[in-house]
Amino acid sequence: MITELFSTTVLIGILASGIRLATPYLYAAIGETFSQKSGVLNLGVEGQMLLGCFAAFYVAFTTGNLWLGVLAAMIVGAVMGLAMAFVTVNLHAQQGISGIGFYLFGLGMSDLLFQRLMGTVETVKGFQKIYIPGLSDIPGIGEILFNQNILVYGAYLLVPIAWFVLNKTTLGLKIRAVGENPDAADSLGVSVAQVRYFTIILGGTLSGVAGASLSIALLNVFQQNMTSGLGFIAVALVYFGAWKPVGVLGGALLFSMVNSLQLWIQVLGIPVPSDIAVMMPYVLTILVLVATVSRVRAPSALTKPFERDE
Amino acid sequence: MKKFAWIVTFVLALALVLSACGTPAEEPAEVPAAEEAAEAPAEEQAAEEAAPAEPFRVAVVMPSAINDLAFGQSMYDALIRVQEEMGGPEYFEFVYSENMFVVDDAAAAIRDYATQDFDLIIAHGSQYGSSLQEIAPDFPETSFAWGTTVDTFGQPNIFAYEAASHEGGYVNGVMAASLTKSNVIGVVGPIETGDAKLYVDGFKAGVAATNPDITVNVNYIGSFSDVALASEAATTHIAAGADVMTGSAQMVTGAIGKADEAGVLWLGTQSSQASLAPSIVVATQVFHWEVVINEIVALVKEGTLGGQSFVIDLANGGEVIEFNDAYALPEDVKALAEETVQGIIDGSITITLP
Repeated sequence: MITELFSTTVLIGILASGIRLATPYLYAAIGETFSQKSGVLNLGVEGQMLLGCFAAFYVAFTTGNLWLGVLAAMIVGAVMGLAMAFVTVNLHAQQGISGIGFYLFGLGMSDLLFQRLMGTVETVKGFQKIYIPGLSDIPGIGEILFNQNILVYGAYLLVPIAWFVLNKTTLGLKIRAVGENPDAADSLGVSVAQVRYFTIILGGTLSGVAGASLSIALLNVFQQNMTSGLGFIAVALVYFGAWKPVGVLGGALLFSMVNSLQLWIQVLGIPVPSDIAVMMPYVLTILVLVATVSRVRAPSALTKPFERDE
Repeated sequence: MKKFAWIVTFVLALALVLSACGTPAEEPAEVPAAEEAAEAPAEEQAAEEAAPAEPFRVAVVMPSAINDLAFGQSMYDALIRVQEEMGGPEYFEFVYSENMFVVDDAAAAIRDYATQDFDLIIAHGSQYGSSLQEIAPDFPETSFAWGTTVDTFGQPNIFAYEAASHEGGYVNGVMAASLTKSNVIGVVGPIETGDAKLYVDGFKAGVAATNPDITVNVNYIGSFSDVALASEAATTHIAAGADVMTGSAQMVTGAIGKADEAGVLWLGTQSSQASLAPSIVVATQVFHWEVVINEIVALVKEGTLGGQSFVIDLANGGEVIEFNDAYALPEDVKALAEETVQGIIDGSITITLP
């Protein structure tokens, strides 16, 4: 049975489903990376994702247009981000607590809207796998990397873009400055509020897309609380990835690959109790986190509201 | 709350009417319920003299949603049917708290209902047991029911109920074994315990009894709500060669979606799942809790508030194998399934669980 784990079918299966499972984490965690880099911890990701899930599903279900669904999820996520920005930047609210508040709002609101507008679980025909001539035919690699839907590709494309924006542009420099030393940034004429509004809204928008990737690309259903903690894992992945897009990618992939590995372990009948198997991704994530955490440093101004000293 | 319940019922019924072709002919359960709502006033007048001064009032607390196509919905649909049988909300009134996954919140809700003089409070989740054990003695005049379990804690005001879900699981297993061509069957379970484990074990016994050469791959994903992981578990089963699948609890919607895409057959349990994927759902073991609720209601009216436990099974009609009319099940498989149901009822088939 153990040897079956190393057969080509199984290895391809593990890698392909790991790539898919990582998609929502990537959108949400990259978005969260931006807001944390600017000094704002957004714990409302899960709520933004849930509302994104519902908005995308409902719009796609009623109009039949999947891209309108994605747009709706982005708008809903952005509005949630705007509210979060107002509360944390203007009102100087404690970020952790208000984030939890936004999570609970998203959880309840998506449930309420689902009850009122849908009433029962439905399915929608979501984004289909895209066949890329040549690439999709490569044995193994093609099945793993080039047999996915557009939102999966989008998530991976986001990683180099985020890296570029954060490290090679003036905007990225401003974001990092605001997150490290808002007073210095402010004295140099950078509007701390403006930068933070931008990153929080961007984070919300990407969380919305993360939700859409679940409800209209990967699962094609909407159910209450369907993210079931995914958004919180995304926040953890930002710490795991040491506030770097590439680190986040590594964390998301590690977590997802181990998750798909444990699915296969059970399917192949390898005698590991199911309770132990489902623990694996979490235990491993904690172990890696413990091993690396001493070497990285969070943005200095993270969770600190900015107030100009007059 | 009551008004809201009716809106939900109406929307549910509407959705069912719209997808009427997916509703099996022998069980048009919710549709009459909605009609009943419209007809209720007329009926009220006709039966005014017989109408009791107060309706029988039930409160239910459940961990998932009333429309989860699984455990929660099975209880909600049953309460709707009881209400319909008893003559509408004038005679039988119920309120519910759903998504009470946090046991502490559920305990608070149970206590709140108890202070409001409900005739019966149903704690629809085995995780609520220890809370109920504490609450029930404080309200000796109120009747409580909880499931799925057989344990009444020796309390005179607690009823217990459970489902012999291994029976329907066995029948589903027999059908699955007859339908598979690849001889690989996949199972997506939540947590390896209680009703889900009972169903899965029954299912495996049914497959083994029909064809011992078939491989049944079982996957417990460790969650009742993680739709994404359930979906990926289904993908894994399909990659491992499964052409028939089953699963238990509310997160299987994710798995059914993947089965639908891949054209893999699905056997359901708890509530009818045919509406979700009419082309691949073969049959569902549907829980008819009203069998138990009716008995409990009768006992409470007589003054017995608890101390007994009930089981729904194929024999007492509490479990019904609902075939999906939209799926063309070969006649011989259907006949075999019906024979199996009969065999379990008359005792000629005994199910050996591991």
